[in-house]
Amino acid sequence: MSLEKIVIIGSGPAGTRAAETLLRQGCRNITGISEAPASGGQIYRRQPAGFGRQADEVYGSEAEKATALHRSFDALAGSIDYRPNALVWNIFDRKVFTNGPKGVDEIPFDRLVLTTGAMDRILPIPGWTLPGVFTLGGAQIALKHQACAIGRQVVFAGAGPLLYLVAWQYMKAGAHVVAVLDTSAFANKIAASLKLLALPRLMFRGLKFRRDLKAKGVALHEGVRLARVEGTQSVTAISFEKGGKKQWLACDAVGLGFGLNPEMQLAELAGARTRFDRTFRQWVLAHDGEGRVAEGVYVAGDGHAIGGADVAELTGERAAWAVLADLGLPVSAERQSVIRRALKRQAIFREGIEQSFPLPAEWLADTPDETILCRCENVTFGEVRAAITELEPNDVNRLKAFARPGMGRCQGRVCGHVLAELLAAETGRPLEEVGRLRGQAPVKPLHYKAAAGKAEGAVQVQQWLEQADKVLEDG
Amino acid sequence: MRLGEQARPAVEIKIDGKRFSCLAGDTVLTAVLLAGRHLRQSEFGDGPRAGFCNMGACQDCWMYRADGERVRACTTYVEGGMDIYTADPQHHVA
Repeated sequence: MSLEKIVIIGSGPAGTRAAETLLRQGCRNITGISEAPASGGQIYRRQPAGFGRQADEVYGSEAEKATALHRSFDALAGSIDYRPNALVWNIFDRKVFTNGPKGVDEIPFDRLVLTTGAMDRILPIPGWTLPGVFTLGGAQIALKHQACAIGRQVVFAGAGPLLYLVAWQYMKAGAHVVAVLDTSAFANKIAASLKLLALPRLMFRGLKFRRDLKAKGVALHEGVRLARVEGTQSVTAISFEKGGKKQWLACDAVGLGFGLNPEMQLAELAGARTRFDRTFRQWVLAHDGEGRVAEGVYVAGDGHAIGGADVAELTGERAAWAVLADLGLPVSAERQSVIRRALKRQAIFREGIEQSFPLPAEWLADTPDETILCRCENVTFGEVRAAITELEPNDVNRLKAFARPGMGRCQGRVCGHVLAELLAAETGRPLEEVGRLRGQAPVKPLHYKAAAGKAEGAVQVQQWLEQADKVLEDG
Repeated sequence: MRLGEQARPAVEIKIDGKRFSCLAGDTVLTAVLLAGRHLRQSEFGDGPRAGFCNMGACQDCWMYRADGERVRACTTYVEGGMDIYTADPQHHVA
C-alpha cells in the first residue's frame, strides 16, 4: 500500500486505466481531476443526464469499449478524491492549480500523471472562421454529446481517419452529408496498406465507412485541394480543386480537420521536454518508453503523442506501472510485456495512418495573405509573412512576440503549428528548427480574480483590479 | 439541427433579451446556434463567430451573462431563466 499523493489529470481512456491500475495495486491517496463534468474523455464522451440513446447509437462499433471504460471509472470514482468540472490552469512548485465549482485550489502532489488528450490539427483556409465551420472533433461532439448535426447540409473536409468516421456517424444518425473532401490521394492509402494491416479490424472498419457512404450517395473526393469556405455571415458553400478542375459544393456547415495535436502545455509546465516526430510531423512529449517525463511526472494517451483511444488505455496502464515501480510496489511484468507488444502493433498502424493522410503543409506557401491565421487575435497570413520578412525571427516564440499570432485566448493551440510551418516554409528551414510555442500559465483563460484569490500577491492584484474599475467608471 | 433526443424537458432562456425555448441538457452553444447563426462578433471586426472546437480548447465560443461574466458556451449547460448575451451587456473592456 502507498499513501503517496498521486494526482491524475484527465478521466478519458488513459486517466481511467491509470487510476484503476494504481488503485488496484494499493495506492490509497489518488486525486483525479477532470475539466469535464463526467469521465470518458472526448472519444467516449458521455451524454448529459436525460438523454436516452443506447451506447451503440452513440459509440457505434466502439460501444463495448466505451461502456467498459465508463463502468471502470464509475467503480473507482468513490475510492479516489474525484474532482470533475475543474480546470487545471497551472503546475508549479509540485502543486496543481485548479479552478473548479468551489473556486480556485492548489493541490500538492508527490506524483503526477498527465492524460490531457488532444484537439484537431487545423490548416486554415480562407473562410475557416465563418459560423458553420467546426473542427471534425467538434462536429462529432455535437452528435455524440448533443444529438445535433452542425448543419443541414454538411461537408467533411481535411485528412485523417476521423473524416470518414464522423461522416459515417452523421449519415447513420440521419444527417445530410453532402460530401467528404479528403486531401489525400487514394494512392497514399494503397501505399500504406501493409502497415494498416497491423490492425486489420481498424483497417476494414475504415473501408466499410467508405463503402457505406458511397452506397448512400455521399460524394467522396480524394486528392483535393481545399480552396475556400464561401459565405459572408455564415457558410454557404465550399470550393476546391481536384485534378486541376475547380469545383464548388453548396453546404451550410463544414467539419474541418487534419489529424490531431497533443495537448502538452501542462506537461511542459511540469517539466516535460518535447521532441519532434518526423513521421507525425509534430512535436510530442519525450519520455523514457514507459511514460516518465520528469521526476515523478508521467504521461499517457493522446496528450503525449497521438495514438487513439486504444493506445490511450494501454499507455494509461503503462504509466501506472511506472508509478508503481517507482514507489517500490510490485509490478506485473506480464502486463507490461502485453502492453509493449500491443503498442508495437499500434505504432505500425499509426505510421500507416500518417502515410495514408499526410498533412498537406505545402499549401501554406500559397495561402492568400488576407486569410486569418490566428483566429483569436485576427492575425492574417500576410501580417505574419511581413513580420517574418522584416523582423527575421529565428523561432516561433519570437514571431509570436512580433506579430501576436498565438497570443490570444486559445494560447496557440489552434495556430501554433501553422505558425511554425509558415516560418519554416518562408525561410526554407526544416520544421523542427523553428521551434514550437512554449506552454504558459494559465493554459486556459480564467478570471483574474479567481487566480488572485489564493495566489501570492493577491492583495496587490486586488488593488490593481480596484484601480482598473475606478478608471473604467471614470470613463 | 437536432437529430433526436427531443423528449427532454423544455427550458426557457433569454438570448440578447429574447425568450427562447431549448431542452435540458443542451449546451449554451447548442441552444444559441439553434436560435440563430452566431454566438458573438469577433473583437477584431472580422465578422461573426459561432464556436469551433466544441471541446473547451479553442475558446472561440465565449458569450456573456447579464453581469458581464464570460461563459464558454460549449461547456456550459442551459439553466431555466438564464440570461445570455452575444456581446458584453456591461460594455466592459474585453
